[in-house]
Amino acid sequence: MLIKIQNLKKQYGEEELITKVLHGLSFTINQGEFISIMGPSGSGKSTLMHILGLLDRLTKGQYEFEGQDVSKLDDNQLAKLRNEKIGFVFQAFHLLPKTTVLENVMLPLAYSSDKKNHIAKAKKILESVDLGHRLNYYSNQISGGEKQRVAIARALVNNPSVIFADEPTGNLDSKSGKQVMELLQNLNDQGNTIILVTHETQTAEHANRIIQLKDGLIVNDSSVKNKRIAKNEKILVK
Amino acid sequence: MFENYQQAIKTSSKTLLANKGRSFLTMLGIIIGVSAVIIINTVGAGAQELILAQIKSIGTDKIAILPGNSGKKEPPASALGIVITTLNYEDMLALNKKNNVANAEIVVAYSNGNANISWKSNNYNINFTGTTHQHPEIINSELDQGRFFTKKEEKDFSRVIVLGSEAKKELFGDSDAIGQKVKIKKHSFEVIGVNKEKGTVGFENYDDKVFIPLRTAQSIILGINHINKIIIKVDNEKNINHAIEDVKNTIREQHNIKDKTGEKDDFSVKNSAEGLDMIKSITDALRYFLAAMAALSLLVGGIGIMNIMLVSVSERTNEIGLRKALGANNSNITTQFLIETITITLLGGSFGIILGILISFLIFIIAKLLNYNDWELIISLNSILISVGVSITIGLIFGIYPAKKASKLDPIIALQYE
Ligand SMILES: Nc1ncnc2c1ncn2[C@@H]1O[C@H](COP(=O)(O)OP(=O)(O)OP(=O)(O)O)[C@@H](O)[C@H]1O
Ligand SMILES: [Mg+2]
Repeated sequence: MLIKIQNLKKQYGEEELITKVLHGLSFTINQGEFISIMGPSGSGKSTLMHILGLLDRLTKGQYEFEGQDVSKLDDNQLAKLRNEKIGFVFQAFHLLPKTTVLENVMLPLAYSSDKKNHIAKAKKILESVDLGHRLNYYSNQISGGEKQRVAIARALVNNPSVIFADEPTGNLDSKSGKQVMELLQNLNDQGNTIILVTHETQTAEHANRIIQLKDGLIVNDSSVKNKRIAKNEKILVK
Repeated sequence: MFENYQQAIKTSSKTLLANKGRSFLTMLGIIIGVSAVIIINTVGAGAQELILAQIKSIGTDKIAILPGNSGKKEPPASALGIVITTLNYEDMLALNKKNNVANAEIVVAYSNGNANISWKSNNYNINFTGTTHQHPEIINSELDQGRFFTKKEEKDFSRVIVLGSEAKKELFGDSDAIGQKVKIKKHSFEVIGVNKEKGTVGFENYDDKVFIPLRTAQSIILGINHINKIIIKVDNEKNINHAIEDVKNTIREQHNIKDKTGEKDDFSVKNSAEGLDMIKSITDALRYFLAAMAALSLLVGGIGIMNIMLVSVSERTNEIGLRKALGANNSNITTQFLIETITITLLGGSFGIILGILISFLIFIIAKLLNYNDWELIISLNSILISVGVSITIGLIFGIYPAKKASKLDPIIALQYE
């Protein structure tokens, strides 16, 4: 079991200014799953993802990551876990400006305890996302789709246990969006766990399981029946 | 950890290069402050060297007696151009007696004035020095041609004159001077000697002067009885304090001064060591002033850098959030921004060192052009090390606040920051 939450609650602010966002969520996620979190705007998808991704702490409830109660970990230990076990892909890409593609992908390695072959590792990952020809391009010299693939390569470079992607196609045209989803699909096929936040049904259907949130509660948690298969789509696109 | 430093240095150079103009302005305070530190040190050392050389050129075995009282450290009034007439020819004679000042080897008196000197149609204003026959021995000057005047000529009010090398050139050019008659205030003097070039001794240039017997100067040209200065060479440096006491007692006796504390003295006795003290207190004051200016400019520079770093932190909020999401902990972020600040201050410091050395070199050249030949260019390793240390310290002090501020940013808020 990779992730287990029980009665997870989250509120922002204190006393009179409290905003209750998540009202008690429980589920487990296993290694190798591809999960879409769906729901209307403001339902708490990003909040949940930030907590699961150890960027934020829960207010009440239980969260075990790889069997470890994360509420017992301090900020430095959480940073280390994020570095080693978690990869993030954001809607806004968040690539460093004035920095090359290769250096962007090497960034997580700068904070890892593994000190060897940073360049070789980053190159290898970039080749696997078909960006071997863009290594020394600056982050502002590539297309949106390529940016998101760089971000995915960056998420993968430390070989994490799980990849969180918050609206990864939100800033992309449909063609690049499809390419990015294909890439995530392939990664899942190779055994990577992926947790995707989206509000597009089409995008969500790449997953094998969809968790639907509404007003901070889970309203549906079920497997996908007519899962989209990336390879078939590829043929259709052609 | 090492790679983090490397990374941080790389990142900071990149940021600095991306905003060259801003980086330079940021560093300006540090550049000025550090170059001031270098200049204070090198120019201070150069001036000190010059002063030491001048003092050495007088010799540490000499005593100067000047008219008028003076405190311990300030110069006597006579040195400031005020005419005081309390020292006279008889005082010199008394000092010259072995039973008064046993350790006095040579006693020479001076009476100076300004007058027109002429030879044929050549004519110019000159500093003339009335002195006694042992003057060349006191300043170790040598004659190029002819001879210096004798004790007898001095006593007989002889009208003879010895020319400094520059004075000779000015008046005679390349023509032979020995045996010629020159005129000072309508009185005719025979040239009996020309000095070799000597340069400055104890801050005085002897080359553009002319020398005539003391009594001739006093009675014929100046019409006075007082003298401006007496110099005594002591037989041995060790006896200088003893000799000073003897000198004081002798003159007090001459002037009927009963008070032995020195408060009633109408003369003052100086030796090189005292001169050195005086000059040191002046240069020290100057140094403190410059050091305060340097400190002020470093402070202003530091505050400027802190300000720019705060701007940089807020401009790069997204980056900080991202780095945290990718696994940077608070100390990674603190280290990164601290190193960036130190890179700026060190770079500014390096420019400051270069600028400081350039300016010191310029001052050195100017000193040479002004004929201060003893001025030396001394760039001490110490002052460079101090500058580097100061730069790092400024970076640490003024970098810590922005760095801490950066490290405390909440990663989610930082990532969403627009
Ligand atoms: N730092 C915060 N402080 C206070 N309230 C917050 C904070 N972050 C989020 N919220 C609130 O929590 C609620 C859920 O926000 P969240 O970003 O998780 O929604 P979302 O489902 O991701 O929405 P969207 O689809 O628009 O991205 C919103 O009402 C939001 O205003
Ligand atoms: Mg969201």
